[in-house]
Order: sequence, then C-alpha cells, then structure tokens
Amino acid sequence: MTRIKNTFQTKTNILNIYVTAGFPKLNDTVEIVQELARNGVDMIEIGMPFSDPLADGPTIQNSSEIAIKNGITLDLIFNQIVEIRKTVAIPIILMGYYNQVLQYGAKSFFEKAKRVGVDGFIIPDLPLDIYQKNYKSLLKDLELDMIFLITPQTIDERIRLLDEESSGFLYLVSSYAITGSKSNLQQNQVDYFKRIKSLSFKNPKLIGFGISNKESFTTACNYAEGAIIGSAFIKAIKDSNNLKESISNFVKGIKE
Amino acid sequence: MNIENNGFYGDFGGAFIPEMLYHNVNELKENYLKIIESESFKKEFSNLLKDYVGRPTPLYFAKRLSEKYNTNVFLKREDLNHTGAHKINNTVGQILVAKKMNKKRIIAETGAGQHGVATATVCALMGLECIVYMGEVDIKRQAPNVARMKMLGAEVRPAISGSKTLKDATNEAIRDWIANPVDTYYLIGSVVGPHPYPDMVARFQSIISEEMKLQLQEKTGRDYPDRIIACIGGGSNAAGAFYHYLENEKVELIAVEADGLGIATGETAATTQVGSEGIIHGSKTLLMQNEEGQITEPYSISAGLDYPGVGPLHAHLFKSGRGIFLGATDQEALDAAYELTKLEGIIPALESAHALAALHKIDFKADENVVVNLSGRGDKDMETYIRRLQ
Repeated sequence: MTRIKNTFQTKTNILNIYVTAGFPKLNDTVEIVQELARNGVDMIEIGMPFSDPLADGPTIQNSSEIAIKNGITLDLIFNQIVEIRKTVAIPIILMGYYNQVLQYGAKSFFEKAKRVGVDGFIIPDLPLDIYQKNYKSLLKDLELDMIFLITPQTIDERIRLLDEESSGFLYLVSSYAITGSKSNLQQNQVDYFKRIKSLSFKNPKLIGFGISNKESFTTACNYAEGAIIGSAFIKAIKDSNNLKESISNFVKGIKE
Repeated sequence: MNIENNGFYGDFGGAFIPEMLYHNVNELKENYLKIIESESFKKEFSNLLKDYVGRPTPLYFAKRLSEKYNTNVFLKREDLNHTGAHKINNTVGQILVAKKMNKKRIIAETGAGQHGVATATVCALMGLECIVYMGEVDIKRQAPNVARMKMLGAEVRPAISGSKTLKDATNEAIRDWIANPVDTYYLIGSVVGPHPYPDMVARFQSIISEEMKLQLQEKTGRDYPDRIIACIGGGSNAAGAFYHYLENEKVELIAVEADGLGIATGETAATTQVGSEGIIHGSKTLLMQNEEGQITEPYSISAGLDYPGVGPLHAHLFKSGRGIFLGATDQEALDAAYELTKLEGIIPALESAHALAALHKIDFKADENVVVNLSGRGDKDMETYIRRLQ
C-alpha cells in the first residue's frame, strides 16, 4: 500500500502543509519538514520553485523567487528529500509546473522522485490528455500518485473524469481565487463543498486554497478528509528567527 | 495553416493550463469559431475595421527605398491604423467576441502599452470596464501610453512580481481571470497563450495579408509577393502578414527577431536563436529558459519585442523551415528607422524598424516584390529616437 493511501485509511482530519523548497534559506527545507512531521502534520507538499507560477498567489510566488535566488534546483530538492526520508515517514508530494518536469526529462524526473522517496505529484498545468498518453502507465508502474485539481467551475462530468484519473487524493480548490487570497471561507465556497459532498468519489479529497487557520481548517474537515495549508505557513516562517518554535506554534494553532 | 482540434501547430501549441482556467478557456474554445464565422459578426467586424480603424491600410510602393535596395519594396501601412499599430485589428475582433459571450469586464496585459491602449480604446467604444496589467518597470518607461489608457477610462494595475515587465503582467492578468471566471474576458494581445488564443488572434490579424493579396494583384498583376518581412516578438503582426501565404511556397516568409545587444551578449530577445522547446503562458513553444526550465529575462530596445517566447505558429514555422528567422540588433533597428524616415518621410515604430533592418541582410533580385509589414508608427518611440539625435 502506498504511503498516501495508508494515511487516508488510518487518519482523519488530515493536515497537509505546503513548503517551498529552498525557502527561506536554501538548506532550511530538511529541518522544516522534519519539524512539521514531529509536530504531527500528516502530509507534506514540497513546492518546486518556478519563475512563472500561474496557479499560485503572490505569497508563494514571492517565496519561489527567493528560493530561486538562493540557488534551488531540482537535483538539490531531490537531495533534500533523501535527507528528509532518513527520519520522516509521512507522505511527500511534489508540486510544480510542467515545464520544469519537461526540461529535467519527464521519465528521469519521475524515476528519480521515486528513488528518493516521493509519493505523488501535483502539476497543475499538465493537461489530462497528455498525462493519459505519456505518463499514466509509467506512474502506475512506479506506484506514484498523480493528484488532479477540481474547482467550483468544474462541471460534474469532468469531476468524475478527474476523480477517475487521480490517484492518492483529489485536490479541491476551495474558491475562484488563487492561493493565499482569502482569510476565511465564504458562503459560496461552503455551498460548493456541499455540492461536492453530495457526489460519490473514488478518491479521498483535500481542500486547498484559502485555508489559513483553525476555523477554516475545521470547516474544510467537515466536507473533506482534510485540508492543505500553503500561503499561511509560508508567511509564518518567512521572517522567523526560530523555525522550530514558529513551526510548532503554527501547527498547534491549527490542530489543537 | 490549419490547427488540429486540440490547438497544435505540429509540435507546438495546446492548452497547458491549471484546472482553474479550464472552464474559461474551454468556454472560449467552444464558442470562438461559431461567433467569428457568423454573418452578423463578420459584418460588424468589417464595418468597424473600415470606419473606425481606417482599413484597408495602404500598400505603399516605397520608391526611394526600392532604389536603395535595387528591388521593389512595398510597405504595408499598419502604422496608419487608429491608435497607431496593427494591435487594434485584434482588439476590435476580441471585444466583439467578448460582447457576444456577455462578458462585462475586460482584462489585458501590455508591455509597451500599445495593446493596452488598443484594448482601452475598444472598451471605451463599447462601454465596457477595462483593467490593464502592466509591469511596474514598463509603467515608468512608457508614461505617455499609461496616460492614454487612463484618459480612455482604463484602470492600469502595476505588476509588481518577478521582473515587473510584460511576462509578469501576463501572469497577473491570468490570475485575475482565475479569480473572476464568470463575468471577465481576457483579451490577449498576441498569438500566444493557450489554444484558442493563438488561432483566434491570427485570424483577426489575417486582414493584413487578405488586403495584401488584392493590393498586390492591382499593383503588380500577381496576388503574392516574393518575400514578406515582419518583426516578431510574440508574433501577431507577422502572423497576420503571413497568414494567407502560409500554404503558398512561392512566398518566402521572413520573421525578424530582436537581437538586442547581440545574441552572443545574452542581452537579447531572439527566442528562436537562444531558446528551446518548453511551456510559457499555457502554450508549448520556443522560449528563453535556463536548464532548470526557469523562464529567463529577454532584452530589446523595443518593448514590443521584449518577450521571452514566440507564438506556437512561429515555433512551427521555424522548426519546419517554412519561415526564415533573421535578427536585428538595437543599433541596426535604430539605423533602419532613421533610413526610412530620411528616404520616405515615415517614422516607424522601433518594432517595425527591426523588420526594415532585415533589408540589409538579404540579396534581392532587381525584379522581385518584397512586402515589409510596417506594423506601427514611431510616435511612442520619440524619446528613444531623440536621445540618439543628441
């Protein structure tokens, strides 16, 4: 059984935290992920910084710019994951953009990711048909998960298709907005979660975008198996002079 | 040039977009051909091009330029369009599409401000809300166009991420569209972006070569030239000038990129020369990037050519060998602008000056017919030109 599947079978109210690799300092990522795991976070999403991150908001774009300036590369990220895996057993998902994967060489990228202990991928601008044609069987052979997004605009028929093609879980984009733009969930978002809850799914679901505090996390957990927090966490560690403490306080603020 | 159903020109094109854009782009994809091929649209579009934009633009036989290069040089005078460049052909077309789709709010990106002005213009014409994203750096260096947009009633929003130029303005416009999917129409300014934009914008700009055919028939007794020369950043004026000759192998299609300070210096926007295959702004094409796939910063004296990619149609023309790609440096473009001004009394846009600079680089036969697409006028570039005079 894959780590992601196992997590959904054994845990509830899953907290997935997003961290930009190579941020705030190039070599902080290993410690950050170790601390998140130690504080009871259930899953980690590691962002591969990209110069033109269309699906991300200003907070994550800014952290990506800093990480690129710090000198982060895909090979450094893979090395960091090797270090992380020495002590961390929870699922690790890589999030990034298709151009990065293409330039690395898609087959090498997925194989390398598998070797270092990655469990799944979120590549928002990878079209479904290109995934089906070029990568689906490779990922199946490697036992890696590909996680697709659905949004309030996604019609039911396409939701079913994306659910069918996803493995691991489905990523529910909570609103029309890009990441990090709202502090609390609005009524129309809750209506959308209710619509989603009325459909039947093959995959478990995590809600992302706009989850920033205990209140929004708890709301999300009423409608899905858990939630993903990105921008709020990036803000919490951006200017921290004590990562351990900042991380511990942040996770406690959400989970307790 | 026919594109396949999923929007590919050979290996290039497609729609590499996050799910948050899928509905918007798909809505446009499902509707654009139906709309622009309808009789009512065609009539409204051609009426506006005639009475509002001022088309057809002349095909001018440049006698003294022809003498200098010992061949027959014709200038397609897109500089005489309303707002001063070819950009308005596309914005008139897309604003009509937006109206048919009942969109109330128009967003656009702009670099030098020409597309922003052309968008603000048609929004004023149609009484629609207009928001133009422009890099903070570009806002500072293109103050007159910022003022024009504001006078036309548009809100100019600075893009403060990344390099704060066109690429970042495009990212911000896309994010706005993600955040406002229901009432908003994204009016892209070039043959770039996810399918169907490259095809739709090329169709609207194809009026350039459509007119050229009739005008060449009348002036030369043949409806095609031997060569067409056009500058290329994203490539919308080149796409329009080439469009009706893409299948006619007798016509040599010459695209001129901005070499900037020279390809060897790295300070360049010559995408086909220094770029490689990848994905930018939702399209698979040629782009400038490093080995990690990070998109790099282009450089050109001409803000309109200062883009790190080319449209997928042009990537296909390059790879297939159908198009010939040349380059002109900042200096060569400036020289060409002065040459045209002295010989013909026409001050070209810096972008178009790159196309003119290619005249030096080609061995012409005396009896051939060459069309240079004069995509815009030089009013906006006077500060650069004056600096050189001093």
